[in-house]
Amino acid sequence: MAGADELLATVRSLLGGDVLDAHTHLGDATVLVPAGRARECLQRLRDDPNLAFNLLVDLTAVDYLGREPRFELVYHLASLDLAPPDGEPCRIRHRLRVKAGVPEKPCEADSVASLWDAANWYEREVYDLYGVVFRGHPDLRRILLYDEFQGHPLRKDYPKERRQPLVGPRN
Amino acid sequence: MTQAAIHRAPRPKGDLHTETQVVSMGPSHPATHGTVKIMLEIDGEEIVEMDVQIGYLHRGFEKECESGTWYQAIPYTDRLNYNSAILANLAFCMSVEKLLGCEIPRRGQWVRTLASELSRMGDHLTRLGAACLELGAMTPFLYGIEARELCWDLQEMLCGARVTSNYVRIGGIQRDVTPGFLERLRSSLARIEELLADFDKVVTSNRIFVDRFRNTGMLPLEKLISYGVTGPLLRAAGVPLDLRKAEPYLVYDEIDFDVPIGTTGDNYDRFLVCQEELVQSIRIMRACAPVLEKTLGEPVNVADPRIRWPGKDRVFGRMEELIQQFKGVTEGIRVPAGEAYAAVESPNGELGFYVVSDGTGKPYKVRCRPPSFANVAPMRDMLIGGMLADIVPTFDMINMIGGECDR
Repeated sequence: MAGADELLATVRSLLGGDVLDAHTHLGDATVLVPAGRARECLQRLRDDPNLAFNLLVDLTAVDYLGREPRFELVYHLASLDLAPPDGEPCRIRHRLRVKAGVPEKPCEADSVASLWDAANWYEREVYDLYGVVFRGHPDLRRILLYDEFQGHPLRKDYPKERRQPLVGPRN
Repeated sequence: MTQAAIHRAPRPKGDLHTETQVVSMGPSHPATHGTVKIMLEIDGEEIVEMDVQIGYLHRGFEKECESGTWYQAIPYTDRLNYNSAILANLAFCMSVEKLLGCEIPRRGQWVRTLASELSRMGDHLTRLGAACLELGAMTPFLYGIEARELCWDLQEMLCGARVTSNYVRIGGIQRDVTPGFLERLRSSLARIEELLADFDKVVTSNRIFVDRFRNTGMLPLEKLISYGVTGPLLRAAGVPLDLRKAEPYLVYDEIDFDVPIGTTGDNYDRFLVCQEELVQSIRIMRACAPVLEKTLGEPVNVADPRIRWPGKDRVFGRMEELIQQFKGVTEGIRVPAGEAYAAVESPNGELGFYVVSDGTGKPYKVRCRPPSFANVAPMRDMLIGGMLADIVPTFDMINMIGGECDR
């Protein structure tokens, strides 16, 4: 599959009515899917033999304060060709950005940790910094900050200068 | 049945009474060159369960980037992976350039390629040298560090800083290389090759070293893919994925180099892959030098003063350029609204930046996709059932850089 537009056509035919928006911008193919259907869509993207998005490159969130839904989860997927011709380096067949809106209340999304192991830590990070709760995550706790930290610092309404109480060692 | 499960099974009668114990390793442990806390449950020498706790170096990189201009984010990227700062500079600037839609001149791309490889060498030399040190071998560490010093001396000639380079700029580079630099590069590379040969003689077939590295820290390939592991860890498992070949950026498609791979994916393969990558980096730098000599005097930065402000010689002599410089510094460059993701092959794997601009002078969101983070996540699976002593070589070959992992 060569161009991003062809890729989007394939994704559209696979996901059908779940595609709320699809566009290419600066060569990056992007699809927007409904929050409740994100897990299902990602699973189909992973399992489809033509697309075969076997690599979850990145997962993050963006806080669009004042917009509805407020948060947007951004998944970066890549399809890695694991069986290149002998002696040739691996190709990345295609990359896709999948986005799903998450409302402020309830600030929840479905976990994809059962699809890609990489999602386990990425979702913990998004929970830690944005406060998005992932349903079905095996071990959802803070990862970069300490347990006693109050609030979620990458939210736009979290002031940069806010001080947090100093917490001593637990044992 | 996994080894761990065997150990949880009830002991036969008459056996000595044993129980597991919990050990806390880190966050500042002399045998790890990264700030990480590992909570271990061990049964004798064997690891039954472990929890890797990161975050000790979290400085709020993304939050900090959102509060300054696009240019002001570049020094923060230096402090992600402080062993290869130029590559983090480069990945960030490439993502912003993608939004701006600007293409930097050919010479600038060759200089960036050369600087990237210099940075990669510094990182690999630290990884290999420190791995030996942490296993108790001082001599190879000194060979590695002497070679790294030569890299850092070159980096100092390039940008005035040894570690935090702040070298790559949006739309170009801080300054061009000099003929003196290229001369020094040739002599330094020759010396580095000698040091690598010495290093190889002391380490690669050393019995103690091989025994500690062979068959440790392995993970099945499908697990590595599922964890999103990239870089030497994946290549050691036999997957020749290198973004310099898979999605060529800069001028990598014009340079001839090989992508070394391993077979089993154990720590020894990872070590050998990194060693060979050093050789390939030297090869790439040798290919860059004649091109840079030939194109001496050509521009390295984009000509658009709204993106890369004019040189000091013009700023101090002319009114228009002075105004452009003033506006560029105080207001920052305007980046069109939108989002972009760009990635480079860093020494640890895919280092990507996902940036969102709302059209003002400040970034709306700067997300760093840190290879260290993705590579440390599978460490638990790599080590459960293994020996306590396997932690150090595995951790060394993962090459977790706290600054990049925790951001």
